[in-house]
This record gives sequence, C-alpha cells and structure tokens, in this order.
Amino acid sequence: MKSKLMTADDVAAQLSDGMTIGIGGWGSRRKPMALVRAILRSPLKDLTLVSYGGPDVGLLMAAGKVKRVVCGFVSLDSIALEPHFRQGRQSGTVELTELDEGMLYWGLLAAAHRLPFLPIRAGLGSGVMEVNPELRTVRSPYPDDEEFVAMPALKLDAALIHLNRADESGNGQYLGPDPYFDDLFCLAADRRYLSCEKLVPTAELTASGPVQSLLVNRMMIDGVVETPHGAHFTSCVPDYGRDEAFQKAYATAAASPEAWAAFRATYLDGSEREYQAAVAA
Amino acid sequence: MKLSDVCVVACAEAFRGDGEILASPMGLIPSLGAKLARATFSPGLLISDGEAYLINEGEVEGWMPYRQVFTVVASGRRHVMMGASQIDRFGNQNISCIGPWERPKSQLLGVRGAPGNTINHPTSYFVPKHSPKAFVEKVDMVSGLGYDRGAHEIRVVITNLAVLDFATETRHMRLRSVHPGVNVSDVVAATGFALSIPDSVPQTRLPSPEELEIIQKLDPANDRDGQLPAS
Repeated sequence: MKSKLMTADDVAAQLSDGMTIGIGGWGSRRKPMALVRAILRSPLKDLTLVSYGGPDVGLLMAAGKVKRVVCGFVSLDSIALEPHFRQGRQSGTVELTELDEGMLYWGLLAAAHRLPFLPIRAGLGSGVMEVNPELRTVRSPYPDDEEFVAMPALKLDAALIHLNRADESGNGQYLGPDPYFDDLFCLAADRRYLSCEKLVPTAELTASGPVQSLLVNRMMIDGVVETPHGAHFTSCVPDYGRDEAFQKAYATAAASPEAWAAFRATYLDGSEREYQAAVAA
Repeated sequence: MKLSDVCVVACAEAFRGDGEILASPMGLIPSLGAKLARATFSPGLLISDGEAYLINEGEVEGWMPYRQVFTVVASGRRHVMMGASQIDRFGNQNISCIGPWERPKSQLLGVRGAPGNTINHPTSYFVPKHSPKAFVEKVDMVSGLGYDRGAHEIRVVITNLAVLDFATETRHMRLRSVHPGVNVSDVVAATGFALSIPDSVPQTRLPSPEELEIIQKLDPANDRDGQLPAS
C-alpha cells in the first residue's frame, strides 16, 4: 500500500492563500492542533475556516491567518467564549458566516454527497437568514408545500482532522465516544489531511477497537501525519483529556498584547517539537 | 427555603409530562432540574452527559454523539433548556452577540443550535439574573425563535425571580409565578418590556422534602448556590 506519510509542515506547504479549510473536532475537542500550529509557522493567509470552532479558530485568528470564519459557535467548552474570536469580531478584523450548528452539518453533508444544497428547517425565521442574505429557501414539491432553508453545500479546498490511530495509507480510527464530523469534513474536501496520535500497522486498527471505530478510510485521505499529543491542548480521549490548566493560560494570555507575545514566544514561535517540550516543561 | 432549590424545582417542572424524549439542559441548575424530574415525575427522560453518552442511574444506556443529536433535534423528540443573554416579549433569544452584528460590542457564543432547536422542538430558558439587560424590547441577534418568528413551543422562562410563560392570546410573555419573597413589582422593574400580568400571581411551587433530598444528593457540594447572583 502506498504510504501517505508526511510532516505537519508538508501539509501546510500543500495549502495556499485564500483556501477554504475545514477543521474537524468540536469546540476544544480533538482538534488537529499540530496541523494548525504548522499553519501558524507558515506564510499562509486569507484563509476561510469552516469549523465547529474552538482554539483552532482562535489561534489562526490571533496569527492573522483568517479572512472569514464559517461556524455556529467558537468556544473552548470549559471556557465558554474564545478570546481571540471575540477580539477579532469586536475589532472587525474577521468576516463571519454565522450558521446554526445543524446547518453546518447539512452543508458538509451536501458537499459530501455532491449536492448543491440540502433542505433543513433550522435557520428559518432566525437572524441567520438576515446576516446571510445569500441564503435561499426552497419549497417542498410534495403536497405538504413546506418551506425550508436550502442549505448550500460547504465545499472545502482542504480538510484537517485528528484521530487516535491511523495507518500510513490513511485508514483512521477514533477511540473516543464521538466521531464529531471528521468523516464529512474529509468527504467535503478536495485535499484531506489526517494527523494521528499513533501510527500503527493496519492489522492493529481492528485489534484495538471495533471496526465501526474506523471513521475514515484511505480513499478519504491524501496525507497522514503522526503527531503525538497533536490535539493538545484540546481533548483526545482516551489518549488524554483536555489540558485545562494550559487552556486557562492560553485564554488568560489572550487578554493583553504583552501577555500574548510572551505566550507566543514560549509556545508557538518554534517547531512542534519545541512546543511539546515547552508544554512538558 | 433556598432560592437555588426553588429554581431547580421550577426547571424540573418544565420537563413534566415529556415522556421518553431527550432532555438537554444547559448549565447546572437546569441539569439538576432535568435529573430531579427524571427521578420523580418524568421517569422517561433521556439525559446525556454533555459528551456522547446517555446516562441513567449511573449507567451508560445509550450513545448520543453530536450528529445523532441533530437528528433527534430534527425529529422533535427533544426539549432543550438554554440560557439567554437577551430575550424579548415573544421569546426571541440571543446568545450570539451584543450590539450590531456587523461589529459587535460583545461577541458571545454564536447562535449555536438555537435556530434549529426552537423551530423543531420544545424549548425553555433559564436566566439566572433577571434584569432589563436580559429582558429587552428587541434582541440584537435572533438565535432562538420567538412565537412571532415560528417557534415550535417555548414552554417556560425561569429566572432568579419568577417563572414566565406565553399562555396569552397574543403569545406575549406572561408572569406565571413569583419565587418566595419576590413581589410582582420586582419582576416588572427587572423586565425591559411590558409583561402580561394576571390579576392574581401565585407563588412558585416550593420543593418537597423528598425533592430537597434528591437535589442535595445530586449536588452535595451545593454548587447550585453559586449559579445565582447574590441577593
């Protein structure tokens, strides 16, 4: 089987300015943070992010990489509000496509199925229709005649996801309780990158979990990166939980430019290896 | 009588008669309310742990990852109890941002699942601090739908002062009951729009000794007390 192994920096190098990038996970849970950190180190800019947003969105915004965010929320879960997202919105430096969470799911599903849209009730009557004037509605052709939001496909140039285990050809496995929408992000994207806690031989995948835990297979993945602690500081159960102390330090540092510069210098300005060493210190 | 216990029981009452549906309480007091309801008069409720497990009597009884939650939302077999940074007389709720959406004064969570929740299934709200800042003429960003925008059902709004509902012909918010020690005038003063006020406003039901025992068992550290503003 062809190996798709690469480094996180290889992934960043395959992306380009202005791309629409979907990021898997949910809030501060199983985010491909090592891939995000690789983008922080790259010259990439003007990205559109599609995400059930957490610190992935916050970090990329803080680094000035983001033109637009497509999301239903950005949150750190145990800390409700993402400080960099708040600052970006309040200073007007980022554009926002604000959607209901279910609409985001439906947009990814439409893209995965190569449909231009899927009908959904969520959004009708809400402010979402007012702040996204490009959204259209559609009427059922059947006797019920009901009106729905025609949620457009959220097509992605690239998808970044993080799973617990993978083999080098791109078969990937989640061992936690929730797949989130990682498979849909991959199916909705032209280029698909999977980082994993641990690279294993294919046979080990079904030895360590039920076959249903194999969330993505190799036709859904273009590049595989082994990044131990690659979701840090978000959770990646059962390998590790969220690093709450670190997340708190991250959120606190965001409060002032000086504190953020110090945080960046300590953790983000170096390589992934240096990041992990600084975290462990 | 502790106010936090009165609020927990009022939250529990919101789930009365719900049968076997997914109860999705956001925050500690609504969670205690849903669990109290299940332990007493609404035994059919399904409650998730906020991750992907359905937990009942300490046991995992089911799997409810996020994508399944959205299917349940669309099916209508769910009753959510959300917070509200702002809410208006028709029950339009805002958790997205304060100030103009284009460039908010304060960015909050985003609309989250509120548009889909409110159009698909029953919704209640818990607002720990009843104030004119929260109870407003017009919300800055409609996240959850009010009755004038197609809400499926907004059952109750529970605050630190009162229980409110929409049992009026015009679907305007109505004062249903006041908590012990609270006057109708206190609620009026803390509400930024004209409430519908019946001639006689009863007091919110008090917890029974059995309910107090269950609440204490669910929250032995009394974390619920810290969820309400100091009076």
